[in-house]
Amino acid sequence: MAPSLAPDLTGRVTRPAGSLVIDIADVSKLYKMGDEIIHALRGVTLEIRRNEYLAIMGPSGSGKSTLMNMLGCLDTPTAGRYLFNGKNVAHMADDELADIRNREIGFVFQTFNLLPRSTALANVELPLIYAGVPAHTRRERAAQTLTDVGLGDRMTHKPNELSGGQRQRVAIARALVNHPSIILADEPTGNLDSKTGVEIMELFEHLYDQGNTIIVVTHEEDIARHARRIVRLRDGLIESDGPAL
Amino acid sequence: MKRLIYELTESFRIAFAQIRANKMRSALTALGVIIGIVAVTLMGTAIRGIDKGFQNSLSMLGDDILYVQKWPWGNVEDWWNYIGRPPIKPEMAGPLNTVIAQTPNSLLEVAVPVAGRGTTAKYGENKVSNVITFGTTAEYSRILNAEFKEGRFFNDTEDASGRPVCILGYDIAEALFQDRSALGEQMFLNGHPYLVIGVMAKQGSFLGLFSFDNQAVVPLESFRKSFGTRRGAELRVKIKDKTRLVEAKEELVGAMRRVRAQLPGERDNFSVNEQGAIKETLDPIKQGIAMAGLFITGLSLFVGAIGIMNITFVSVKERTKEIGTRKALGARRRTILLQFLIEAVSICLIGGLVGLSLTYGLVFVVGQAFPSFPVEFSISLVFVSMAVSVVVGILSGFAPAWGAARLDPVVALRYE
Repeated sequence: MAPSLAPDLTGRVTRPAGSLVIDIADVSKLYKMGDEIIHALRGVTLEIRRNEYLAIMGPSGSGKSTLMNMLGCLDTPTAGRYLFNGKNVAHMADDELADIRNREIGFVFQTFNLLPRSTALANVELPLIYAGVPAHTRRERAAQTLTDVGLGDRMTHKPNELSGGQRQRVAIARALVNHPSIILADEPTGNLDSKTGVEIMELFEHLYDQGNTIIVVTHEEDIARHARRIVRLRDGLIESDGPAL
Repeated sequence: MKRLIYELTESFRIAFAQIRANKMRSALTALGVIIGIVAVTLMGTAIRGIDKGFQNSLSMLGDDILYVQKWPWGNVEDWWNYIGRPPIKPEMAGPLNTVIAQTPNSLLEVAVPVAGRGTTAKYGENKVSNVITFGTTAEYSRILNAEFKEGRFFNDTEDASGRPVCILGYDIAEALFQDRSALGEQMFLNGHPYLVIGVMAKQGSFLGLFSFDNQAVVPLESFRKSFGTRRGAELRVKIKDKTRLVEAKEELVGAMRRVRAQLPGERDNFSVNEQGAIKETLDPIKQGIAMAGLFITGLSLFVGAIGIMNITFVSVKERTKEIGTRKALGARRRTILLQFLIEAVSICLIGGLVGLSLTYGLVFVVGQAFPSFPVEFSISLVFVSMAVSVVVGILSGFAPAWGAARLDPVVALRYE
């Protein structure tokens, strides 16, 4: 894939990809469902570089969710290699994976997953607490990040006082606040109306322009089209991997 | 380390937000702990009170006095070994004191004869029955460890000449003379006239069995004239050093054997009693009651603990998705474990504090209403019950919190 800083046909700029962040080789994942063994992934090889904007697509049962959990270090592969920033995470223990998730991965969920009784600011501070950042720095960084996503005036609001779009912005701020290597968004617009969805995708575009690496998991072509590269899964295998048109 | 402190702070914040958000539920759960803590601390207070009352009673007997009597204190099963003993006569005090005086470096100070019987005291229309009347010598004042309300003890002359004078216990004086001074008044013991020359200050009762305030003391000679001493008496022996009680007791046994001219090998035909013997008899009973009481009240605390465990399980279940989110954001197992443990401990601590305040109030009210009832609230009770609350919180919260900490983040995130 030849990076070009010139706008393409749709007027978008594709930024040059950087160093290798995710290096997955021949990864498979088996689940036991009662007596049945399910092959969720059957040997997936995938490389993702810094400053890429990638969409992972596939119908339900394609292994899309399993791959996302794997990429997000929420789950480990049954077999195969997974290097994250050169570190082998395939056989890490729970707490080591937790530290990787804390420092390297920013999650954005379909259902936002904000803590209902905490303010926007407290929600964004949470990853910094787990990272051991002192209180005043924590507050400063969380406030700055909230301002960056356009919620500077909503910091003391609780989730139920915010609109869906605002909630997802809080979640995105929470994902960004620890400066992770990748942002992993799972159907980020799935619970939003289309107008708000477009706004969120514009925010992702903006984040990508700032040099963030973004992986969006979706089953919607419209959403996937915002990415620069689309990986399609089917039956636990990569069906296609190429630039988004 | 820093991270742990931030996590703890966050956990406390979340715990209190959670308790505030579920006020009713938290209050009901805390109620279980409150009841448990109140029961246990009240029991503890009562046990301490009983113990204190017991100590007070024992010290009334005097911890430096040995009692030479026909019967030993405590339970006697082989009564036939004692029934045939010759009675202790007041006259033995003289020879015993001679032996004591002859013994170099004696541990014994003085032996005082005390003869006693129940009488009825009368003054005008007022009458008190079951007055324990003692006949003793003027030396009794040396072994007396109580204060005078008014007046004095009788002296050697009054003792030797058998003057009909008496010293009354507080309750008798009050019953016979009400608010007036008893000094110089003529009253009757079983119809025999006695002049009141002293009144003792209030002392209280011994284990509620008999009252020191229900006694009258008269010179031994007058006692002999009025009531006779055929019923026998006892000798009270003051020791010099109460830390050497055992040796003093041995010396007294030897001295008594000489006075009684007992042959070597012959069994003692008297008993030397001291307050320690009562303590030894009653201590196991006291401890048994304490253990049983704490166990039974402990059960109510156990029920409270089950309530905590239950609510923590519910809390974990309700917030499974939150646990998943936290894990995705980098919470380690420890973080989740601590969060739920702190929640359980917080409810327990709140319950413990409320329970303790209730106990404090109850003890205060009981203390005001029944001053004689032995209850005692202590600082150590505060610390112990707080520690118990924390331990209960940790023990009952651990299983659900551990379950939460071990949740698979993928499964937890998918939970609806």
